[in-house]
Amino acid sequence: MLRLEKRPQPSQVWTYTTPLLAVAITMVVGGILFAALGKDPLVAIRTIFWDPMFGQFASYSLPQLLVKAGPLMLIAIGLSFGFRAGVWNIGAEGQYIIGAICGAAVGLAFYPMEARWLIFPLMIIAGFAGGMLWALIPGFLRVRFGTNEILVSLMLVYVAEQLLASMSLGLLRNPEGMGFPGSRNLSQITSSQNLELISGTGMHWGVVFAFIAVIFAYIALSRHMFGFNVRLAGQSPKAAAFSGVNPKRLVLICMGLSGALAGAAGLFEVAGPSGQVSIDFNVGYGFTAIIVAFLGRLHPVGILLAALLMALTYIGGEIAQLTLGLPGAAIQLFQGMLLFFLLAVDVLTNYRIVLAKSEAA
Amino acid sequence: MDFSSINPILLLASLMVASTPILLAAIGELVVERAGVLNLGVEGMMITGAVCGFVVAYHSGSPWLGFVCAALGGAGLSLLFAVLTQLLLSNQVATGLALTLFGLGLSALIGQGYNGIKAPNFPDWDIPLLGDIPVIGPIVFQHDPMVYVGLLIVAAVWAFLKYSRAGLILRAVGENHDAAHALGYNVIVIRFLAIAFGGACAGLGGAYISLVRVPQWTEGMTAGAGWIALAIVVFASWKPGRLLLGAYLFGGVTVLQLNLQAAGLAIPVEYLSMSPYLATIIVLVIMSAGRAPGSLGKIFHASR
Amino acid sequence: MNLKSILTGATVALGMSTAAIADSHVTKVGFVYVGPVGDGGWTYEHNEGRLAVEEHFGDAVETVFVESVPEGPDAERVMTQMALGGADLIFTTSFGYMDPTINVAAKFPDVKFEHATGYKRADNVSTYSARFYEGRAVQGHIAGQLTESNIIGYIGSFPIPEVIRGINSAYIHAKEVNPDVEFKIVWAFTWFDPAKEAEAASVLIEQGADVILQHTDSTAPQAAAQAAGNVYTFGQASDMGEYAPMPRVSSIIDNWAPYYIARTQAVIDGTWESTDTWDGIGPGMVGIGEISSAVPADVKASAEALRDSLASGEYHAFTGPINKQDGSAWLAEGETADDGTLLGMNFYVEGISGDIPQ
Repeated sequence: MLRLEKRPQPSQVWTYTTPLLAVAITMVVGGILFAALGKDPLVAIRTIFWDPMFGQFASYSLPQLLVKAGPLMLIAIGLSFGFRAGVWNIGAEGQYIIGAICGAAVGLAFYPMEARWLIFPLMIIAGFAGGMLWALIPGFLRVRFGTNEILVSLMLVYVAEQLLASMSLGLLRNPEGMGFPGSRNLSQITSSQNLELISGTGMHWGVVFAFIAVIFAYIALSRHMFGFNVRLAGQSPKAAAFSGVNPKRLVLICMGLSGALAGAAGLFEVAGPSGQVSIDFNVGYGFTAIIVAFLGRLHPVGILLAALLMALTYIGGEIAQLTLGLPGAAIQLFQGMLLFFLLAVDVLTNYRIVLAKSEAA
Repeated sequence: MDFSSINPILLLASLMVASTPILLAAIGELVVERAGVLNLGVEGMMITGAVCGFVVAYHSGSPWLGFVCAALGGAGLSLLFAVLTQLLLSNQVATGLALTLFGLGLSALIGQGYNGIKAPNFPDWDIPLLGDIPVIGPIVFQHDPMVYVGLLIVAAVWAFLKYSRAGLILRAVGENHDAAHALGYNVIVIRFLAIAFGGACAGLGGAYISLVRVPQWTEGMTAGAGWIALAIVVFASWKPGRLLLGAYLFGGVTVLQLNLQAAGLAIPVEYLSMSPYLATIIVLVIMSAGRAPGSLGKIFHASR
Repeated sequence: MNLKSILTGATVALGMSTAAIADSHVTKVGFVYVGPVGDGGWTYEHNEGRLAVEEHFGDAVETVFVESVPEGPDAERVMTQMALGGADLIFTTSFGYMDPTINVAAKFPDVKFEHATGYKRADNVSTYSARFYEGRAVQGHIAGQLTESNIIGYIGSFPIPEVIRGINSAYIHAKEVNPDVEFKIVWAFTWFDPAKEAEAASVLIEQGADVILQHTDSTAPQAAAQAAGNVYTFGQASDMGEYAPMPRVSSIIDNWAPYYIARTQAVIDGTWESTDTWDGIGPGMVGIGEISSAVPADVKASAEALRDSLASGEYHAFTGPINKQDGSAWLAEGETADDGTLLGMNFYVEGISGDIPQ
């Protein structure tokens, strides 16, 4: 009988090979799926994984990877600190929405003033602050009342979604929008737009912030006391308390940090690529980022790569729909499979499979 | 505005029907969470159940067979989650989210070609005598059988958790899996069974939408009901009795706000819609201090 | 930069069948959908239009589509990929695609774009929409005569001009044939949630409505009406003929096929121009489904007469005298509503009770 045995140290070899193994398995199983749907599996796999990066129109789709991966990275980096320390914020979707609403509200409040030097920074601050405050609600409830933050943060996603609908139909609705729901288009207002910094690259302020977050997270985790405390609290809460880490403060910092980054991601999205507050503004980045954080093993560089991989399957999936006529559902299924395999083979990093001779001992 | 147009008897009666899908899904998830497992993939299992139930009922002409297969379909999908989280020790939150994505895609693929078809008729079950009782009769005793199946499952889960030895073991596993393991219980097998039960119930809930409530197949038709079910479990603080209350509250808010609208009352719909979630948070705070199952969401690995 | 001109004649992805690549005269038409093609309503009908284009032109036209594209940056990317992939004409089929369509169109001046239900146009961007309110007039006419409780229930999606226009049109024509009629309106605040639509219909029926009009796309209200018995409904977006003759007594059908075929033909002929199309029953964009046997013959006949007069343009669904809800005058005797007012309609007409939610 097969049995799992915990490795004393995570395996170096498997750390790097499991993602590749998972992608390889997904290609095989996904290929079978595509073949069953009557498409050439090799072509389908190449369209999804290769064409966005090296295909004929890669000059367009490659930068788009960053646009799609940017918010995922930013949110997942924030979440990873909490996840390492045992603080489970799964309401990033809500914090993303609130950040966007707050940031957009600031921008719209100043409309039609043109002082970009003042308005845009204020919007960014509002985005950070909005997301942070929304995340601090479950954080505060946990430290004060011992309430489970997984559940509270999830509940607050629904509340945020209702607020978003209310704002799109009421307070923030574009007075010149012919009565349709949704705010003015912030990306068309000079003072509040989140510009594409280098034309044709998709690089906007949100992507810049995402990369800065990756670098800071890397430094914090590997060189800074905060990162050490976070890791310690996750591995051994008792040891952490013994070495002087204040667990309540750590919870608040982790929640606040992840909320702030999620809120910022929302602000950059609403002021840039998306442009307006609308009922369907949120498209699940907050939830996808949770998966990204785990796929990246909570490591900044891993998260960077995982976010790009997710973005690749989205964009490659669209191209496959366009050129091969694959149904959208098949792409969704394929993504689900990829995630399953990535999560499944990860076991090899921390455990080894041994042949158990007998159960008794 | 005219409140007299709201008939409280009919309101309560329709509330029972409206709450049934989320009640079914929630009671399954309750068992899963009492076993210490957090499966966020309820929406994915519901929609899979919805499509399996519809396809089978359509081909066989039997809604009952459809419900059975919906339960099987939901349970089948949940076993994927079980294998990943219990055998391969993957993170439950991430795996649950992936399960939802997978379920939505899978159901849409299965359901291709079933658009615009009516499900076979599933008649109401006008219980003789009881159905004729004034007031109570129309509220409680004139529904389709699945409403009662849902209530039966809730009662059975309540009795199971409270009185049976197996229920005790399940709770022990959920509170402290290491201790339960030390006592010689097979944590993994118990959790597999709980997860499969949760999947089956979610599947039934989904099929109730596709076979009774709508009754038709359209992609994404559960429209977030699975997420509401998750909230109800928390609201109920993992107790089957309160779960019933929670399901009626969450379902009731929708029915009530539609009623108030129809009566001509201008109400802020969004704020009314978010109120059950806020109520859930308040409930969590009041009865907090860790009434959630002790091992909820934690990975179990028997090191010995 | 004109990306299209650089890439003209370029083959699409490597995976395409060589036959399609070989014939450079094939006109390529792209469709961007907001929902899945299996939604049975809005997107389903647009996809039917796409299939009609394929059927009509055969090998001369190739169509591509991407479904469930969220409004915002994802839509912009999908449109760009389509244009890069050699599409000559792209239909973007949701209001929320308006700004993305304008943005992408600016980058590809040689590609023609058609945006559904919007109001922003450019040299290579047309807009098109359907005068569904004409169909609502016919429904109101039938509903006003079928109701015995004099209560007509109306399920709205979101309080936007399109939906409000439909309510007003239905009300005016119901009132015309039945002065005692009353409308009960509930807003589902969703485009698509079948279970909620079923609840909305049940609530209206419980509150005495015996005719249900819906501006949501699922058949759930039909089923709820059927279960209640003696309640009439109308199909929306698609015919919903599986519920005929009762409860579904007629329907409004989104029929995009004639328009899609005509515009594709215009691109092939090189006669495509930016236009603003708002077609109704006449050109066939709004279809009135078969009025079923549950409707008395004289009502059916007068409803068909109304349909025909709307189709010929002889009668306008908003013809004065009509006052606004607050009693102020809107249209004088014989005056008809201008399209501008209709497009931005944010008020009820006189007689409807309740407020439009803000």
